[in-house]
Amino acid sequence: MLDSVEVTSRVGEILNAHKGMEGPLLPILHAIQAEFGYVPQDALPIIAQDLNLSRAEVHGVMSFYHDFRENPAGNHVLKLCRAESCKSMGADRVAAHAQKALGIEWHETTKDGKVTLEPVFCLGLCACGPAAIVDGKLVGRVDEARIDAILGGLK
Amino acid sequence: MKIYLPLDSAAVALGADEIAAAIHTHARAKGVTVDLVRNGSRGMVWLEPMAEVETAAGRVAFGPLTLSDVPALFGDLAAHPKALGLTDDLPWMKAQTRLTFARVGVIDPLSLADYKAHGGLTGLTRALGMDKAAMVAEVTNSGLRGRGGAGFPTGIKWKTVSEAQADRKYIVCNADEGDSATFADRMLMEGDPFTLIEGMAIAGLACGATKGFVYIRSEYPVAITVMQEAVRIAQAEGVLGASVLGAGPAFDIEIRVGAGAYVCGEETSLLNSLEGKRGIVRAKPPLPALEGFMAKPTVVNNVISLASVPVIFEKGAEHYKNFGLGRSRGTIPLQIAGNVKHGGLYEIAFGLTLGEIVDKIAGGTASGRPVKAVQVGGPLGAYFPRSLFDTPFGYEEFAGKDGLIGHAGLTVFDDSADMLGMARFAMEFCAIESCGKCTPCRIGAVRGVETLDRIARGDDAAKPLLTDLCNTMKSGSLCALGGFTPYPVMSALTHFPDDFNTMKEAAE
Repeated sequence: MLDSVEVTSRVGEILNAHKGMEGPLLPILHAIQAEFGYVPQDALPIIAQDLNLSRAEVHGVMSFYHDFRENPAGNHVLKLCRAESCKSMGADRVAAHAQKALGIEWHETTKDGKVTLEPVFCLGLCACGPAAIVDGKLVGRVDEARIDAILGGLK
Repeated sequence: MKIYLPLDSAAVALGADEIAAAIHTHARAKGVTVDLVRNGSRGMVWLEPMAEVETAAGRVAFGPLTLSDVPALFGDLAAHPKALGLTDDLPWMKAQTRLTFARVGVIDPLSLADYKAHGGLTGLTRALGMDKAAMVAEVTNSGLRGRGGAGFPTGIKWKTVSEAQADRKYIVCNADEGDSATFADRMLMEGDPFTLIEGMAIAGLACGATKGFVYIRSEYPVAITVMQEAVRIAQAEGVLGASVLGAGPAFDIEIRVGAGAYVCGEETSLLNSLEGKRGIVRAKPPLPALEGFMAKPTVVNNVISLASVPVIFEKGAEHYKNFGLGRSRGTIPLQIAGNVKHGGLYEIAFGLTLGEIVDKIAGGTASGRPVKAVQVGGPLGAYFPRSLFDTPFGYEEFAGKDGLIGHAGLTVFDDSADMLGMARFAMEFCAIESCGKCTPCRIGAVRGVETLDRIARGDDAAKPLLTDLCNTMKSGSLCALGGFTPYPVMSALTHFPDDFNTMKEAAE
């Protein structure tokens, strides 16, 4: 975990970079997650004070959105699309294979901290599904063999 | 040698970046100078990654490319194993009416000079010579209706904002395209971002707004990057800023990124999110047109609605209105997805039947099995069986069959689809994504999953209960998430009753 001095100083810089913006909370939370890989709880009161909100309000916003993490993810994040178009091409089967191969369910991280598995509802790759995104890289037409290749390629 | 290769997400997901790197490597080895333009996609996703080589006869297409096909691009092109012929002569391209997507796949998305050379900024220049009322009338006369799904006349929305008195007004572009089977917004932003910027600038002039936001979902990393760069170029070149094109009032655009909440595609929820709040739906009235972003008059339009505005101003409202049928005027970018042989984007006037789209344009299923159902309009749209394939593609026509066209996405399913499972998924999705404000959606979706599980266990008495629950959600929910989830559920139950009887049959 990060020490709170470092968090305070980086969060302060991020807040300063967003001065004058209309409705800055989401961009701030995105910037903090980009910096730390998650949104440290220590950051919430600092944001709250800066934006003249209560800590509960900031927590309420952060926890509303699927993107923001309270804890760091694994070294790699594999997101598989669960939406209709991908389902029509076998996404459920592919997801079951990934869960079995990793030994985890949705939103879980492997015990060695290597891979986090998450569902995503649509990457806009609906004409080349099933779709996935691995550490930000888009992949279309994913099948069981592709999952094995992706997981085998992760360091 | 000039080669075009898409930067479009679908092309990239199928290996376009690796192909691009290989093209550069081979060009260096051969000592050939290659001008590689990363363009938008032509929309033929089954042919991606599809490269085009500029020749004296026109652009020649090659695809779907694998790394082993790259060296032959530097040899005899006619003998290339993946040669498809002239892009413009491909049947998929020839039969379309591309108005909104005219430049997508054609130009370099981030070249303002290329954009202007293909008719860009003509509409905005014309708008600068008109007064606000005339600009609003142009949009109203075009018959353009909200392409996000609701189909509300765009001109009427603009008129309300234009006539509202306020010290600040806003143009908000809803690019939170979360519906499965839809990717038109993404393709437009990745392939022709200046069109959206121009459409928003015209909206700003017509409504007296000086600030615009594009709220893009975080699941679209390529679109976010391209739009941010396009806005930066538009600012540097004076399209946006203190004076639009150096001749008009101020108008500027900021790109904002969503955070994975489907409900933020609903306009009032989007506004709350943009303000930095939880994406909770607001009760209407007040309409966002009067009290929107920061309680100021705000136009909230979908990407395709705004991106259709430049061509309306370039070619005139009458030209646009002449396409279509009934009260559905102009063209619609169909997004053909799921289990299809030929999937992608196909812009055409309203009026084709569902059967023509699925059997002729899409060419049936990718699996080769019979088509069982087509979900039209995303996760909140109805499942259509083959018996309704004569329905013409239009807002009222689909509403008349207890469906909706939504954002014009179509997901095709073959006969292996389990419609009870799809109905359950619709309820599960609603439960996951509900903002929690209204009870029919928050509680109803959870009860819906339970009720469908009872039906799956062979409990016939749960069917009228499901119907009743759907009625409550439909009439009692605040927004389309809870209000429209009954469409996929009830259409599955109505049109595919056999799928809801399996356990009972097994027991007998």
